[in-house]
Amino acid sequence: MSDSLLLLSLVALPFLGALAASLLATHARNAAAYLAGGVALVGLALVWTAYPTISSGGVLRAEFAWVPQLGLNFVLRMDGLAWLFAGMVTGIGALVVVYARYYMSSDDPVPRFFAFLLAFMGAMCGLVLSGNLIQLAFFWELTSLFSFLLIGYWHHTQAARDGARIALTVTATGGFCLFAGLLLIGHIVGSHDLDVVLASGDAIREHPLYLPALVLVLLGALTKSAQFPFHFWLPHAMAAPTPVSAYLHSATLVKVGLFLMVRLWPVMAGTDAWFWIVGTAGLITLLVGAYIAIFQHDLKGLLAYSTISHLGLITLLLGLNSQLGLVAAIFHILNHATFKASLFMAAGIIDHESGTRDIRRLSGLNRTMPFTGRLALVAAAAMAGVPLLNGFISKEMFFEEALSAGGLLVLPLAAMLASAFSVTYSLRFIHGTFFGPDPEGLPRTPHEPPAWMRFPVEILVLGCIFVGVLPAATVGPFLDLAARSVLGEATPNYSLAVWHGVNLPLVMSMIALGGGVLLYMALQKHLRSGIEGPPLIRRLEGRRIFERALVFLSWRLARRMEGLLGTRRLQQQLRLVLVLALAAGGFAAWHRGVGPGNLVPQGVDPVIALVWLVGAACALGAAWQAKFHRFAAVMLLGGAGLVVCITFVWFSAPDLALTQLLVEVVTTVLLVLGLRWLPKRQDRPGATGVEVVTVSRRLRDLAIAITAGLGMAALAFAVMTRTPPDLLAQHFLARAYTEGGGTNVVNVILVDFRAFDTLGEIFVLGAVALTVFALLRRFRPASDSLEVPEQQRDQSAWDEARPDRREGDTVADWLLVPSVLTRLLFPVICILAVHLLLRGHDQPGGGFAAGLVASIAIILQYMIGGAAWTEERLRVLPLRWMGAGLLLAGGVGLASLFFGMPFLTTYFAYAELPWIGRVPMASALIFDIGVFALVVGATVLMLIALAHQSVRGHRAERRAETAPRALVPGED
Amino acid sequence: MELVVAIGIGVLTGSGVWLLLRPRTFQVIMGLSLLSYAVNLFIFSTGGLRTGAAPVLEPGGVGDLATHADPLPQALVLTAIVISFATTALFLVVLLAARGLTGTDHVDGREHDR
Repeated sequence: MSDSLLLLSLVALPFLGALAASLLATHARNAAAYLAGGVALVGLALVWTAYPTISSGGVLRAEFAWVPQLGLNFVLRMDGLAWLFAGMVTGIGALVVVYARYYMSSDDPVPRFFAFLLAFMGAMCGLVLSGNLIQLAFFWELTSLFSFLLIGYWHHTQAARDGARIALTVTATGGFCLFAGLLLIGHIVGSHDLDVVLASGDAIREHPLYLPALVLVLLGALTKSAQFPFHFWLPHAMAAPTPVSAYLHSATLVKVGLFLMVRLWPVMAGTDAWFWIVGTAGLITLLVGAYIAIFQHDLKGLLAYSTISHLGLITLLLGLNSQLGLVAAIFHILNHATFKASLFMAAGIIDHESGTRDIRRLSGLNRTMPFTGRLALVAAAAMAGVPLLNGFISKEMFFEEALSAGGLLVLPLAAMLASAFSVTYSLRFIHGTFFGPDPEGLPRTPHEPPAWMRFPVEILVLGCIFVGVLPAATVGPFLDLAARSVLGEATPNYSLAVWHGVNLPLVMSMIALGGGVLLYMALQKHLRSGIEGPPLIRRLEGRRIFERALVFLSWRLARRMEGLLGTRRLQQQLRLVLVLALAAGGFAAWHRGVGPGNLVPQGVDPVIALVWLVGAACALGAAWQAKFHRFAAVMLLGGAGLVVCITFVWFSAPDLALTQLLVEVVTTVLLVLGLRWLPKRQDRPGATGVEVVTVSRRLRDLAIAITAGLGMAALAFAVMTRTPPDLLAQHFLARAYTEGGGTNVVNVILVDFRAFDTLGEIFVLGAVALTVFALLRRFRPASDSLEVPEQQRDQSAWDEARPDRREGDTVADWLLVPSVLTRLLFPVICILAVHLLLRGHDQPGGGFAAGLVASIAIILQYMIGGAAWTEERLRVLPLRWMGAGLLLAGGVGLASLFFGMPFLTTYFAYAELPWIGRVPMASALIFDIGVFALVVGATVLMLIALAHQSVRGHRAERRAETAPRALVPGED
Repeated sequence: MELVVAIGIGVLTGSGVWLLLRPRTFQVIMGLSLLSYAVNLFIFSTGGLRTGAAPVLEPGGVGDLATHADPLPQALVLTAIVISFATTALFLVVLLAARGLTGTDHVDGREHDR
């Protein structure tokens, strides 16, 4: 089998198995277990196949193109360390699958469980085999994710959800830091390939970015391996099913952080920073974890804290910057995985068969489950470091390292203390559960589990004993492979043996054993009292601090920031926007320099000066009167608009002037129609004194307005006195006729060169018209606007008082002359519209202008004759006009596709029509007709919808008068 | 000439900005209209102020910047005029609907007691 196939299938098989398991029926427990077990065993076999190459010092490597543009390849790489971890992941995985088959209830959706477990196994294999830093970070996150899913497997319980959330938050935050750290390393080295990175240790350690990279990488490793102060997620992860605790949270997942530290040990370790950070974290975790473990009443809680403590021990070993320490660390990783997994399984068996994990309730199980009891006893003894078991040997190595680490007395003492603690909690686990009087009031009657459920425990405990008795013959070669793959030539000489003669470490071991037993006896009274939590540091609960931090970040801080920086007041928001815009403009002017340009200004024409005097007066008047005299303000606004219009005419923009004039008319009509529904506002001078706050606010706004005005004036002057850049003007002027077939360049730009913009614009206009229509359909006028206006009331009263008159006659009489004229003018205006439309391509005009003219013709009829009269005679269907317009404009654009031209390509020719003569026929004209139709439809739709409100308002008013009870809320 | 139009743009902007900061919706809609005049004029003015040089060609002719004004700002402003009309219409109806729903014409939908 080729290397690449072997490595790829080792990573891919578990994921494929997960996919297959997820497709199984919800309760197919056996099928899923066989599938998962099969995958794990195949994985183990694959790992074993690689042994000959690895044992001869070779490295398996497979490379696949991933993102070649970035020089990033998907690299799988197996050396001794990766081989050892892959074997552990698949081997313990297979045992856990067997165990889980019996542990999981058939009521649970077991295939989902195995799917997650397999996916986790795949992520682990991918992680340990990663030959590329980016890829490593990716699989790292995957393990966090599947750990989250597995902790939350029983998601109907609050504890599972909380535990999963905490674990993901902590480890994913760490993973993010790790990713940043790995990117930094990649930046330092210039490559993300692991082989290159491992060969550039000196470059990394001497780089100025070494410390940030180290801190970030360690944040990732220490969170994942539950080191103080990030340890608190691990006990909460115990809400997961016990097989998960055995597999993820003791044997594999939590070792990933250690794996990473071992992996990067040759390039990152060896500095003071490494020693202080890693060593301190390890030392504190070792002691705190062991101390808290003693006082746990939950079996799994005890094991969780003991796991934390042992992880701390390994971290401390790695932090000592000694090669022997590294060897001891790898050895203890193996030993811990063996005895802790079996202890978790034993705890699960106790829980499964007796119904509780509370040490205070359990007792004397040795009589009902003797076999399990003995297995647990051996495993716990290994954990406590009793001689002739694997834990003893690695603990001896630890003591030796602690003694030789630079004359610090703290280390050996702490090591001995933690070791004594571990004896105490191991004793508590065994003595509290299996010895003493028969248990009372257990949820179930305890009995031995099925033989196959105990089988994985037996295998692991056998491992503890074999390694403990014959370390060099059993685990020796594998440990050597792993250590050699990390240290290479620098691998120290070490001896794996049970008996090294009577030396200091042995004495320390004996003291720790004796001290632990004494401590357990001394604590009996306290432990029996059943108080929760460890003495002295009970209040120092990591989870509470974590929750507080989260609440502060996601709630209090956010609220405070919102209260400080946010406002719901539009005025303040607008003020802020304007001030920022002014500041930005001011900064740009100050930065780049501003001033009048090089052109000599043209002489001032008195006429235009006078026109603008009027215009400025109108603008200021509109600003002055908009609050209390709205109608006057609308008129003044119109005046300002007319001045703008005149300016356009004056300075060679007839199209703009035409459009501005027409828009001015339509806007004024629109605004006047709207005035009716606004509240009356009376200006009573001196009624209430203006407050100081208001005055200061107005002064501030005035300052902003004056600054903005001055700034715009200066900017406009500066722009106008510079020669305009010839960007596109020449292009359009030269091609308007020769390629667009029209002499009115502005119109040719709109319907030909930039027709796509225009198409978008008419869609916007149509959407606005529909929105206006929709908003007005549900329009509810305020109650004080409901009544008929005073003038109409007077007219109606006059009409009603006389028997020969009908309501509305007076209005018709008063507007007799205008109405006759308007009706006469209707066809004339329509012809004007058509004229403007047809000549638009060559002369000022075009679809927009023509459409506005036509809609003015229609709205004039409404204004003069009233909605009812007009609609009896002239039925405008605005929606059809709009639809036809859009179809026409879009259709012309699409038609060019049939001739193999891009969207909206135009064509033009001249046609000889009888009597009329040569007529330009451009396809752009059809497009312009579409624009025309849409503008007519949209404008009329908006104006009519607004005009109709008066009619509806009257109806509501009348209904309210005649039958007051009929006007119930919600009735249309 | 340039100075007159520049001052005109400044006055329109100042009036518009002042109204934009007022508390009543009708004042804001007036302010937006005034501001859009100013902006349209400003965009238009970037092509330079020319008299008697409308960008309308002789039939069959080829235009030149020497005899014709820059048509591009004009085309842009033409679009802007129509769009500001649509904006004004939409805003007017929104303010009417808001006034009907909230009973006030304050921009925040409720009166403040200061």
